[in-house]
Amino acid sequence: MSHSNGVASRQDVLRVRDLSTRFFTDEGQVNAVESVSFDVRDGEILGIVGESGSGKSVTALSLIDLVESPGRVTSGQLWYRNADLAEEFSDAADGEFVDLRALPTRVRRALRGPSFSMVFQDPMSSFNPSIPVGEQIAEAVEVQRRARANPRSTRSRTQGYGLGRYLLDSVVPTLDYTDDESHERAVELLEQVGIPDPEQRAREYPHQFSGGMLQRAMIAQALAGEPDVLIADEPTTALDVTIQAQILNLLRDIQEERDMSVLMITHDLGVIARMCDRVCVMYAGEVVERGTLEDVFDRPTHPYTEGLLGSIPDLDDPAPRLQPIEGNVPSLLDSEMGDRCYFADRCPKAMTECLQHPPEYEAEGSAEHRARCVLADHPYDEREALPPDYFEAGRPAETGPVDGGTDDDRPAEEAQQND
Amino acid sequence: MTDDPLVRVESLQKYYYEQDTFVDRLLGREPQSVKAVDGVSFDIAPGETLGLVGESGCGKSTTGETLLALREATGGHVYFEGEDVFAMGDDDRQRFRRRAQVVFQDPYSSLDPRMTVGDIVAEPLQIHGQSDREGRRERAKELLERVGLSASQVDRYPSEFSGGQRQRVGIARALALEPEFVVLDEPVSALDVSVQAQVLNLLEDLQEEFGLTYLFIAHDLSVVRHICDRVAVMYLGEIVEIGETDDIFEDPQHPYTQALLESVPRAATSEHGRRVDALAGDVPSPRNPPAGCHFHTRCPYAREACREEPPAYDVGRNHEAACFRLDESHAYWESTPIAQNAADSEGADGVGESTGPDESPSEAD
Repeated sequence: MSHSNGVASRQDVLRVRDLSTRFFTDEGQVNAVESVSFDVRDGEILGIVGESGSGKSVTALSLIDLVESPGRVTSGQLWYRNADLAEEFSDAADGEFVDLRALPTRVRRALRGPSFSMVFQDPMSSFNPSIPVGEQIAEAVEVQRRARANPRSTRSRTQGYGLGRYLLDSVVPTLDYTDDESHERAVELLEQVGIPDPEQRAREYPHQFSGGMLQRAMIAQALAGEPDVLIADEPTTALDVTIQAQILNLLRDIQEERDMSVLMITHDLGVIARMCDRVCVMYAGEVVERGTLEDVFDRPTHPYTEGLLGSIPDLDDPAPRLQPIEGNVPSLLDSEMGDRCYFADRCPKAMTECLQHPPEYEAEGSAEHRARCVLADHPYDEREALPPDYFEAGRPAETGPVDGGTDDDRPAEEAQQND
Repeated sequence: MTDDPLVRVESLQKYYYEQDTFVDRLLGREPQSVKAVDGVSFDIAPGETLGLVGESGCGKSTTGETLLALREATGGHVYFEGEDVFAMGDDDRQRFRRRAQVVFQDPYSSLDPRMTVGDIVAEPLQIHGQSDREGRRERAKELLERVGLSASQVDRYPSEFSGGQRQRVGIARALALEPEFVVLDEPVSALDVSVQAQVLNLLEDLQEEFGLTYLFIAHDLSVVRHICDRVAVMYLGEIVEIGETDDIFEDPQHPYTQALLESVPRAATSEHGRRVDALAGDVPSPRNPPAGCHFHTRCPYAREACREEPPAYDVGRNHEAACFRLDESHAYWESTPIAQNAADSEGADGVGESTGPDESPSEAD
């Protein structure tokens, strides 16, 4: 790929190439992530922004192999820089990089924690409500310790929580999974993420924590393995704005302290602007535009990016009228997607050539600015414009409601056909 | 007449009680109150949009529901065109309900999944005595078209619509009785930004067309700035600042408003790397709010005087904030700063509480 080594001085830690993830549901194949490519560099914060259903979270889950049935990563490579692994699995290696998808599952699983870890959106539902927070973090520490001591073993890496374990614990307390050392480390981690009185708080249960405190605890848990890449999936969406500010400050401090790479997934363009060095914009499973923060915010090329930026009311300058994107996020059902630009039906600048799926073009701005739009290649030509009702008349009849992604204009079209 | 407010809220209170069952009383337990709304006053002029902002749990939604008499108020008064809503008889109450409507936050749970959208939109008409079935259906079609849906969708079920479309159905339902006043309870917070902008534009158009008065409840400050004429900022069941939108956003007086505005991430490149002086700690529990000024546990300017008595603000059309600092002769200036918070504000070059766990105040928890 031509863009893997650009101007930026930092080295890539992860190169994602043509990643596709599909869900095979009863209604048909859903193309949640389609041919997504991007790089994550050492010590940077990369943002992925998109609306609900754009595939940003599934992209993150695909990276760490957590996509659950009926979903599956169907193609693509995930090149991760790790000299040791590259040496050991030379079949799957390219220089210092190793393709995660070609590694055995047990090795991939062992990478979760020391290489990649994740902070989820909803702290309240991400912790086990019946176990003290400190214990849960200590468990993460213990898992990492055991993984480091014996990287190839996946046996006894995790523990169950049932009546059996409870009884066993009461009878032979020495069989406890976590020991004092990992508990101490857990308290230390809680302290690092700014939880006051960490020793006391470590003994408390998740319901005794506020949302912001619990999000801090989750960050502590994610840091247990000292990961190379921290994936933060909407880490502040569930929080109030003053608490969001605390958590964003914390994430930045931790990132700078440890020179970690962070993949920041959010729908909030403001969070992206505050935190990220480079940005990918996702729409309908694709990265439609990527580049530096300035590229995307100041020189948006893709009409979707422009539309997103035009949709947010500005806090410092109340524009008289918002410029929304008409219509709704499309269904990702394979049978309904067609082979056109997925944004063409909502795009104010759709042209005849948009009926063919566009490749990624280089766009104006920095050397790494790319847009999956013909406008990056040549300017808008009005003579080529699609008639405004093109997609209303020309689309196949609908196949029924799709969960979560019902198309806004579809019923309207039908109406017009019936009239 | 036009100078009179359409809605006037005076010292509205809504308390919820815990440990209030018969058994608790037998055991001699004192009922414990949660002061969700604790003495809120404001008025709304005809045709204006008043924004009610605050973080979760500050009582903004409860205020909206209580002033519509959807919940029974613990104390205070609400006057609609000068008439006391809580003292109304059944007939008057019915008439009030025609004229004051509500749009709820969650477009998924606020529509009955077993009714067609036509029936949902027409239901208020039925309740308020329009017995002609065909007429109701025609009116429902008209309303659906007005909110940007299609008349042919009248027989569809809510599950066939996306979130943005459902919110339009909710708006159509609220408009069915041609109300004058609509409480919009977080109408766009469940929607994606591009769809959110469509709905905001629709709300503005409808307000202009039908001369509606809005109470717009939201937590998103940029949305509030965009759509509201005046704004009231709530914290722990009380209004801390109220005024014209531009005054609030350009010249915030209350430290809480200042912190809120400071915290919002702006979608612009100039935002990059901005360190926010985050407010320390969490919102205290409304079960046991701090004495005096409720904000003193997080306020960087708090002094001993703030613990002693709650600050007040004047109700009126002016820009008002409930903070002692605005009164130059107040005893506040003589009293000693509360050490913990002050230390926090002086380390103001952005370190906040997040880096140094040792400096973090724990009293908020």
